[in-house]
Amino acid sequence: MFILIVGAGRVGSALAKRALDAGHEVSVLDEDPLSHERLDKDQSISWEDAGGRFTVGTALEIDGLIEAGIEQADVFMAATSGDNTNLVIAQLAQRRFKVPRVVVRVADPGRAAWYAEQGLHTICPTQHAIDEAEQVVLRT
Amino acid sequence: MTEGSPEQMYVIIAGAGKVGWNLARELIAKDREVTLIESDHRRFRVVAEELEHCVQYGDATELWVLERAGIQRADLVIAVTGDDEDNILICQVAKEKYGCERIVARVNNPRNLDHFKTLGVQPAVSATDLILRLIEHEVPEYGLVQLLALEEEHLEIIELEVGAGAEAAGRTVSEVALPEGSLIISVLREGHGFVPRADSEIRAGDQVLLILDPGLESEVTPRFAPVGSKVSAGR
Repeated sequence: MFILIVGAGRVGSALAKRALDAGHEVSVLDEDPLSHERLDKDQSISWEDAGGRFTVGTALEIDGLIEAGIEQADVFMAATSGDNTNLVIAQLAQRRFKVPRVVVRVADPGRAAWYAEQGLHTICPTQHAIDEAEQVVLRT
Repeated sequence: MTEGSPEQMYVIIAGAGKVGWNLARELIAKDREVTLIESDHRRFRVVAEELEHCVQYGDATELWVLERAGIQRADLVIAVTGDDEDNILICQVAKEKYGCERIVARVNNPRNLDHFKTLGVQPAVSATDLILRLIEHEVPEYGLVQLLALEEEHLEIIELEVGAGAEAAGRTVSEVALPEGSLIISVLREGHGFVPRADSEIRAGDQVLLILDPGLESEVTPRFAPVGSKVSAGR
């Protein structure tokens, strides 16, 4: 599969490395050139030498998304630090570029739930934290 | 919008910047019921000094903030924050989740205009676009009709302040060596704007509006502002 990940933060970069290890084609887009360091961290060879792609660009700029390969992507993951950016680009990936599988990280549980109802595959770390904390804290 | 007197119309405005604040003032003066939502606490306090209970503090992209403002009964939602993503989502949620039929969104970066359309957020208002229309209206013989059409193909308008000692300062428009694909469309001086001719002089302190092909900023900017250049549109 060809996987495009926007946002090379902790989640995005870790997922990118796992996907590459699993033998997939992986492209990462981030506006910060220094975020590339996360992709090289703890690796014996550089991200590019390992076969990964990295593009510097703003998530909302179509040119950057195209350069990063959104038109060929089988899977699109929006994992920037901004909920609103993620929700907008995920919908663009879905509606404009017809990417078959779109996954979006949303920190706000309220919006994550509503957009999930609208057909986006949302992942809400906050909700996971709440649920897990509840299990541990309220354990009798 | 409910039929009948304007008093029955309820408007929610997201973003208490210059646009949002003034819009709220105008609408309140016209006896509309208005709630303005601002996420910056300091800005909120400043605006609340004047508009009092008409302003609420919070992030209007969060559903509970919109619900607290009474979005269920809003006739019109106007999103004029400085973030295009926020404006898109506020309007999308207002329309699709809460069934608000009338929305207006502000486009900060003209390049994002397509995103508003793709996600069904209409009308989307771009200040850049409005200025273009205004110029076209004022000076039709200037040939800007074509420029407007090209705007769909991502032309940009940028505003630059002419720095003291800049290459362009003290020269006429025709003497400024601009790259192919760029044009000075307006000069703002001491609060007044005019469309310059080839022999109009550019002075230090002027605000100059240029229209150009994307990517030419780096070539254009040095002619006007060797130090501290400022791009206010087109990001």
